[in-house]
Amino acid sequence: MIKTQLLSYSYNASKEIHFADLSIQDNTQFLLLGESGSGKTTLLHLLGGLLSSQKGTIEVNGTDLTKLSESALDRFRGKQYGFIFQRNHLIQALTVEKNLLLAPFLAGIKQDSDRIDEVLEQLGIADNKYSKIQELSLGQAQRVAIARAVLNKPAIILADEPTSALDDKNCDRVSELLLTVAKQNQATLVIATHDQRLKSKITNLIQL
Amino acid sequence: MNLLTLVISYLKAKPLNTLLNILLLALGIAVITILLLFNHQLREKISDNTKGIDLVVGAKGSPLQLILCNVFHIDFPTGNINLNEAERLSKHRLVKNAIPLALGDSYQNFRIVGTNPAYADLYQAELAAGVWWSADLEVVVGATTAELLQLKVGDTFESAHGLSKEGHAHDENPFVVKGVLKKTNSVIDNLILTNVSSIWKVHEERDSTETVGISKNTSTVGLIPSPFSKGEGVKEFLEMSVLVPTHKAGDSTKEITSLLIKYRNPIAAIQLPRYFNTFTSMQAASPAFEAARLFSILGVGVEALTGFAYVLILISALSIFIALYNSLKERQYDLAIMRSMGASRTKLFVATQLEGVTLTMLGSLLGLGLGHLVLYAFTSLVAESQKTGMSAFVFYSEEIYLFVGSLVLGMLCSLIPSFQAYRTDIHKVLAGN
Repeated sequence: MIKTQLLSYSYNASKEIHFADLSIQDNTQFLLLGESGSGKTTLLHLLGGLLSSQKGTIEVNGTDLTKLSESALDRFRGKQYGFIFQRNHLIQALTVEKNLLLAPFLAGIKQDSDRIDEVLEQLGIADNKYSKIQELSLGQAQRVAIARAVLNKPAIILADEPTSALDDKNCDRVSELLLTVAKQNQATLVIATHDQRLKSKITNLIQL
Repeated sequence: MNLLTLVISYLKAKPLNTLLNILLLALGIAVITILLLFNHQLREKISDNTKGIDLVVGAKGSPLQLILCNVFHIDFPTGNINLNEAERLSKHRLVKNAIPLALGDSYQNFRIVGTNPAYADLYQAELAAGVWWSADLEVVVGATTAELLQLKVGDTFESAHGLSKEGHAHDENPFVVKGVLKKTNSVIDNLILTNVSSIWKVHEERDSTETVGISKNTSTVGLIPSPFSKGEGVKEFLEMSVLVPTHKAGDSTKEITSLLIKYRNPIAAIQLPRYFNTFTSMQAASPAFEAARLFSILGVGVEALTGFAYVLILISALSIFIALYNSLKERQYDLAIMRSMGASRTKLFVATQLEGVTLTMLGSLLGLGLGHLVLYAFTSLVAESQKTGMSAFVFYSEEIYLFVGSLVLGMLCSLIPSFQAYRTDIHKVLAGN
């Protein structure tokens, strides 16, 4: 459950964005739709605790993010969220397995090898467990990024433009994948995008 | 997965960079380690070898040469002194004891020293096998000498003139090994000891068979005298020499190379050297003073090398800093992603510090190992260095300082990159593309 009230963010003294109050239920899928510069990435980062110094409140599963100390916010983020970005941002120096292990390690929870196998299985990349990142195709790399986001069974998955650089076929594939793994892992899915193609897949819309 | 795995993966991802940084530091540390081992052991050897010798009295010449010859046995004698005069000096009230040395012969580059058992006592040398000499031409050999020349009790050998293998051989008087000393880690390990009169005897023999020309010339360069020894001296003296107990006292025809003197009291240190240098035809030199002088000469070279090593270390620190600084720029997405996955600022700071420290730790360990290895190679390949008794397997507390210092260096040169990592702005980096 994500609720915001009177949320605003100022980039500088003259530019301030006010966001309409949100209420996102558990286990639902939402689209944050808006053009470039409409502040959807800013809102997504605010919701994800990646960005602070805002006015208003953001309540996530009963915790007000704006009241948390920085280190408490780090811990909260690690346990509650999974992030997916337009680019995969996998760590090139590590193998697929190590990239995934990083999620529980940095979140400070138990590193469970069975869970890694389970998620890789769900995403159909079990064969790539010990691959280097450079050896992966773009599609495989994206699946690894998604696997990393869902590995800790986060309550909320936040995705920033996951499909905008993809052709129709791959857009379909990735959005299906996201919806499937979100359901499999009982996570709320929020996608910030300007990609109108996604409207047909996700009906809950927040227009910015 | 933990921080160390992460750091090592990053280092492995750039193997050439990592290798360069580790090698640069290792070279600097290795040079310092070698100098450290060398300098320390040299000083220890020198102080061990000069222990109990306050003053060396010998023929006039270079005082450094006098010390190098009579204490360390690595140079030629400055000349000879008259036994009669030496006896007179050794009875001086400020002299606690005086040990005679008669040099001039060697066997396979190992010097034969004519002296008395008090000389062995200076170095607490004890017999490992056999007995002390009881007659002329009987010798006791040092541990290294015995080992390298394969000498054991009962063996015989002929000495050669001077300090080289090529010297004239005294074939007529073979020496007999009567005893072998235990290792003392001092200069005595490399010597062959006998009594003073053996040395005289060998040279008398030589004079009787050789052409006069050669022997006279060589004897002036400080080899044991002999032109004098044919006339068997004055018969009136019944008292025996304090220096050479088998010989009558007051024999002005015999000569020795030097006297090793121990002071009776601190006043002697002020009066004796001046007395010897002014009122006798001999010179006196202090091993401690000459060794210090030698060190100050060597010191320039050591300092230059140390300076060079520190420059290497500085460059390696700079190289590590640049490598980290650049890779941190490349890794800003990694850092932002890690923050989004719950890593605190402090964790990223520590990870970056760990990367610098891992590099310098590996570098310094490699360097320390390399230093010992080079010295080991040196001591096992260069025969001369075995005589010095240098060991590659000695460790000094300074090496711990070097190691800890390297860790601190690692922290210092990764400080700025660590702050970069600490300050990573997740939002700006991730929204910036």
